[in-house]
Amino acid sequence: MVFQSRSTWAWPYALFMLCLVILPLVLIGVYAFTDADGSFTIQNFVSFFTKSEAINTFIYSLAIALITTIICLLLGYPAAYIMAMADFKTPQVMAMLFILPMWINFLLRTIATVELFRMFGLPLGEGALLFGMVYDFLPFMIYPIYNTLQKMDTSLIEAAHDLGAKRHQVFLKVTLPLSVPGIYSGIVMVFMPTVSTFAIAELLTHNKVTLFGSLIQRCFGEGGIAMWNYGAALSLIMLIIIGLTSFFGGDKEDINR
Amino acid sequence: MQKSDFIIEVNHVSKQFEDGKFALDDVSLQIKKGEFVTILGPSGCGKTTLLRCIAGFQVATEGDILLNGEDVTTMPPHLRDVNTVFQKYALFPHLNVFDNVAFGLKLKKEDKKVIEKKVKQALKTVGMTDYEYRDVDSLSGGQQQRVAIARAIINEPEVLLLDEPLAALDLKMRKDMQMELRAMHKKLGITFIYVTHDQEEALTLSDRVVVMSEGKIQQIGTPTDVYNEPQNCFVADFIGESNILDATMVKDKMVNFCEHDFECVDKGFGEDTEVDVVVRPEDIYIGALQEGKEDNWQLQGEVHSCIFKGVHYEMTVLTDEGYELMIQDYHAFELGTKVGLLVKPEDIQVMKKERLCNTFDGEVLEDNRVRFLDEEWDIPERVAERFEVGEEVEVEVDFNRVNLQDDEEDGVLCGEVYFILYKGDHYHLTVRTDDGDDIFVDTNDVWDDGDRVGIRIAPSYIRLYKKSQEQGTKNQD
Repeated sequence: MVFQSRSTWAWPYALFMLCLVILPLVLIGVYAFTDADGSFTIQNFVSFFTKSEAINTFIYSLAIALITTIICLLLGYPAAYIMAMADFKTPQVMAMLFILPMWINFLLRTIATVELFRMFGLPLGEGALLFGMVYDFLPFMIYPIYNTLQKMDTSLIEAAHDLGAKRHQVFLKVTLPLSVPGIYSGIVMVFMPTVSTFAIAELLTHNKVTLFGSLIQRCFGEGGIAMWNYGAALSLIMLIIIGLTSFFGGDKEDINR
Repeated sequence: MQKSDFIIEVNHVSKQFEDGKFALDDVSLQIKKGEFVTILGPSGCGKTTLLRCIAGFQVATEGDILLNGEDVTTMPPHLRDVNTVFQKYALFPHLNVFDNVAFGLKLKKEDKKVIEKKVKQALKTVGMTDYEYRDVDSLSGGQQQRVAIARAIINEPEVLLLDEPLAALDLKMRKDMQMELRAMHKKLGITFIYVTHDQEEALTLSDRVVVMSEGKIQQIGTPTDVYNEPQNCFVADFIGESNILDATMVKDKMVNFCEHDFECVDKGFGEDTEVDVVVRPEDIYIGALQEGKEDNWQLQGEVHSCIFKGVHYEMTVLTDEGYELMIQDYHAFELGTKVGLLVKPEDIQVMKKERLCNTFDGEVLEDNRVRFLDEEWDIPERVAERFEVGEEVEVEVDFNRVNLQDDEEDGVLCGEVYFILYKGDHYHLTVRTDDGDDIFVDTNDVWDDGDRVGIRIAPSYIRLYKKSQEQGTKNQD
């Protein structure tokens, strides 16, 4: 009886997942492999791989996401390291300051960034886009790395010192390898949303730069129902890319354990 | 210049933390090459801090530490020729057993073949051959401990520091590892400095035991020394079971406690001097009292409790004079049995009393008040009028005149019961005030470690002395 009642608690969630996760995924699949009349076709994919514009946008988006992720990692790791290692009385305060911007909706922050650029007379475009994305997603890189570093047993660092390692050796041989899970989470948390972003791009480049996310958005938004199938195919390709990143990343984490 | 005989010299080292607390307070210690020295003490006594100062993880605020005659007080750990076995092993989780052990050698950029040979040798020493390529997380606690030791000895340090290395193991495993550690120490021939809170471990393993408490060294000696001849109540109480009693040294080789004179072997304390005596429970002979033969016994009493402890029985006997003594014997005596007790002269350990009463620095205030321990206390007018207002005085209060209250509000001063010593017919408590001062209290009431108490002293029991003449001018009575 108890078990039965317990399993019934799960029903709302199951329903939720069915309607809002599984069904949409199935629909994307169905739309991607059909044409406007509803008959099976792979034309949607063929046109993606043959249209240089689409391919280029795709590669460009990946590159932007990759660059953003790298910049976030380069800026975020030292920040996380300093926070985790420094003898602050209240490291939480500093962590909080990094997380604080996340309290504000990212669209508002992006619009504010646009205004800042305008105020200082800086041109909007690729540079502004990178700046905006790094600004928006940096906390997502810092936080997981800070978390792993902070939880790390400090006696491991002492043990390395004790065995003859100098500071930089301790970092390279102990701290860095042990923070890989955090780095990985950070990468996934930054890369995934940046590869599919479109709103930030539209705002910060005045629609001058088109990202893959914008492309998809246009298929559904402006293209009308005729473009839905093509849009679904593009979405599916992006899903696969994101899926692959987490899959390879996931492997890595297992090895490190 | 000839090198020092000692591999490690700790000279007047103090370590003060940022919050002002002293973890180490003027600690001096010399350790000979090849010795197995154990630093023993309860948690928070500074033993780990001392080890960490020797390892280089912490820098002493005062004093210096010499390693092989060379001052290493501020030298970073990676340059010191000492290695540490950490309490929780601190094995690198991302490396396998081989790479963990090889860590130190790889840093030295040794030849691959040399590394392999040495790692195999080290693993053999700790009995972990064939575990080279295992994941460290897959090992049991004891195995991880062995790997940690192998990793620490591979650099062939002159001194191996071990920070409670067996604390996380279960009893059986711990006993096995103790024996192995001893064997390893013999085989390696290097100096071991071992930190533990387990007195039995300390007695079993070491050549010399350093007993610490409150950041200070209480006694240094061989295991038999610290057990048989503890220098103070703390050591006697901490190591082994003991009966600690207030006593008076009547004259040389004669001490009075439990209202009886006992022959003893100690001398040089003076006549009619208050002292503490320690009698180990296994050193008291117990026998059933037969009528007419009462004089064969030094003390008489009644068995109050009797517990079987495996090898022996542990009994408490209440003497006719009202003192409670703990006795261990192979024979059990039933509750209520009238028994006689005997103690051999050489089994009585006499110790100098650390203090005879509480003494504080004070200042006389207006309106028959005196300030000490940062509080104002009332004193009788007849005492106050002998001093000028503002005069600095020495304040004395007898142990048994300090009154402890359940309710903190009821006291002039608040504190926490910090250390309890049972003295046969009363408890001797150390109460630490919120400002970190200690007040010593004799009481018949039962308190627990950590109890919060209010402290009161009746005005007539506060004795004041002029600062300049420490003795003589007694102003009370």
